[in-house]
Amino acid sequence: MSTHTNSAVAATSFKGPRMKRRTPEQGGHPAWGIAAWAVGLLFAAPVLFMVLTSFHSETDAATNPPSLLAPLTLDGYRSFFAGQPWPPLINSLTASVVSTLLVLVLAVPAAYALSIKPVEKWTDVLFFFLSTKFLPIVAGLLPLYLFANSVGVLDNISFLVLLYTSMNLPIAVWMMRSFLAEVPVEMMEAAQLDGAGLITMLRSVVAPVALPGIAATSLICFIFSWNELLLARTLTSTVASTSPVFLTSFATSQGLFLAQVCAAAVVISLPVLAAGFAAQDKLVQGLSLGAVK
Amino acid sequence: MTTATPAASELTPEQRTTYQAPQGQAARDRREARRRRIPLLPALVFTIAATQLPFLATIVISFMDYRALRPDQRGFTGFDNYVQVFTNPAIRQAVLTTILLTATVVIVSLILGTAIALLLDRKFIGRGAVRTMMIAPFLVVPVASALLWKHGILNSGYGLINGVLTWIWSLFGCSNPPQPQWLSDYPLVSIELSLIWQWTPFMMLILLAGLQSKPGDVVEAARMDGAGAWQIFRYITFPHLRRYLELGGLLGSIYIVQAFDSVFIMTAGALGTANLPYTIYATFFQQQNYGLASAQGVVVVIGTIIIATFALRTVSSLFDEETGR
Repeated sequence: MSTHTNSAVAATSFKGPRMKRRTPEQGGHPAWGIAAWAVGLLFAAPVLFMVLTSFHSETDAATNPPSLLAPLTLDGYRSFFAGQPWPPLINSLTASVVSTLLVLVLAVPAAYALSIKPVEKWTDVLFFFLSTKFLPIVAGLLPLYLFANSVGVLDNISFLVLLYTSMNLPIAVWMMRSFLAEVPVEMMEAAQLDGAGLITMLRSVVAPVALPGIAATSLICFIFSWNELLLARTLTSTVASTSPVFLTSFATSQGLFLAQVCAAAVVISLPVLAAGFAAQDKLVQGLSLGAVK
Repeated sequence: MTTATPAASELTPEQRTTYQAPQGQAARDRREARRRRIPLLPALVFTIAATQLPFLATIVISFMDYRALRPDQRGFTGFDNYVQVFTNPAIRQAVLTTILLTATVVIVSLILGTAIALLLDRKFIGRGAVRTMMIAPFLVVPVASALLWKHGILNSGYGLINGVLTWIWSLFGCSNPPQPQWLSDYPLVSIELSLIWQWTPFMMLILLAGLQSKPGDVVEAARMDGAGAWQIFRYITFPHLRRYLELGGLLGSIYIVQAFDSVFIMTAGALGTANLPYTIYATFFQQQNYGLASAQGVVVVIGTIIIATFALRTVSSLFDEETGR
């Protein structure tokens, strides 16, 4: 019965062993389909409105009722890009990409030690990671500010990178563990008996399962870092400010500027929309910390 | 069936396949246990340093009179800051606002999310497209979403909602449609609307995953036995969904208790919309009263721990089911 010890770790499917994936509710009245489309359009309407307005002139954007069929123009984007958005966009990209890479470097070995070759009390360790996620960021904000101030890393993108790494690490450990738990341990044992080395085994048995997991985890971490405002707003000012901080400058503007706001919102949301649609199927797994597949 | 206790999971293929003398075995076990911990340590040490140390500092500062503007008065003051937290009416208001905001957004998005998940669980033309459209609100950067709602949708002059009201009224030949001043007359509702719009897709995704893991044969059998749609929902679908509802509600609460972006952008905490994260931010950044801000932070953490205890239990029960224990 010894294989059970590892198959308990490897038995991954939240669906349980016996339940088969159900086919969707058959047919039904076409009215349900129409209702679903109506709800979908209602929820997408603000996004569609945002995209459409970003291509309108400021005068057409500020009419009541909205002039949806107004001629299209790139003026909104021109004025957005005239406002020096590149430094914050590049800062955001740096912070998100570098912190995601750091997260992977730390999370993948940790997830390995929590699933394939589990340490003692691995569930306790896993839940410790999760519990840190419940600590509100705002509660640690002040010491982080005082620390950054005394060490001289205020307004420094590297400090933000480290904080984003710690913010996303628990999520990544949970996600990676739930992916690595699907690695077929029997195949690893068989490979080992055949005398395969660690590298060969990682490449031929672990990698095929782990790589899609790494991709999904990276996208989720990227999205969270890209969106973050509170830390960036508190710990950066002019040099290292990120795109969300840049966006806050539009909060109190007056006059005709809706098209420009929409253009800014579209440009800054574009990476997240792209990453999110690409990871659509894994999105729920990441957001529920791997509890739901 | 199996117990994945640490002792049991300690057995490795090598140990099972290689014969070891008893006393050599114990030393080997210890070495093996140490070797297994190595890949875990960097992540663990980093997480402890980056999350626990700042919070410990917050606890220490919360017992101090520490104001950036009066460095000469710095010193320990016992529970003074906590007395202020619990007696200051503005802070009590912030606690109420936080609870109201979180509860409204979580409950409404759970109900909408369930309804939409039930709709999307059916087969219809363009199901994938509708699902993609539904996810879009969640993928707009929160600050951008707050700006979009503030200026594009709720603006009383040219916002989308009042524009649509004008358009509908003009269809019926009326010239004076209602044009509410959303942000100044209903500030908290405005913030709630924007958050519900962003969080309903999240709930929908979790519940849809729950619906799609529902055992099909049981529903089939119930239908054979003549159960109606409502009975199937009430006695099969709903009990199955319950833990997904719990999970969505608890994770949603934890994220929305921390909501800062929308309050900061849409009202800057004015008109009774200042929730705890915003209040702490303001105490720390504008009043520069570090001691008081820390005490507020500690109180928020205690509140979160209460929610989190339930959340951890739910996640842990899903987790146990997953690992088959």
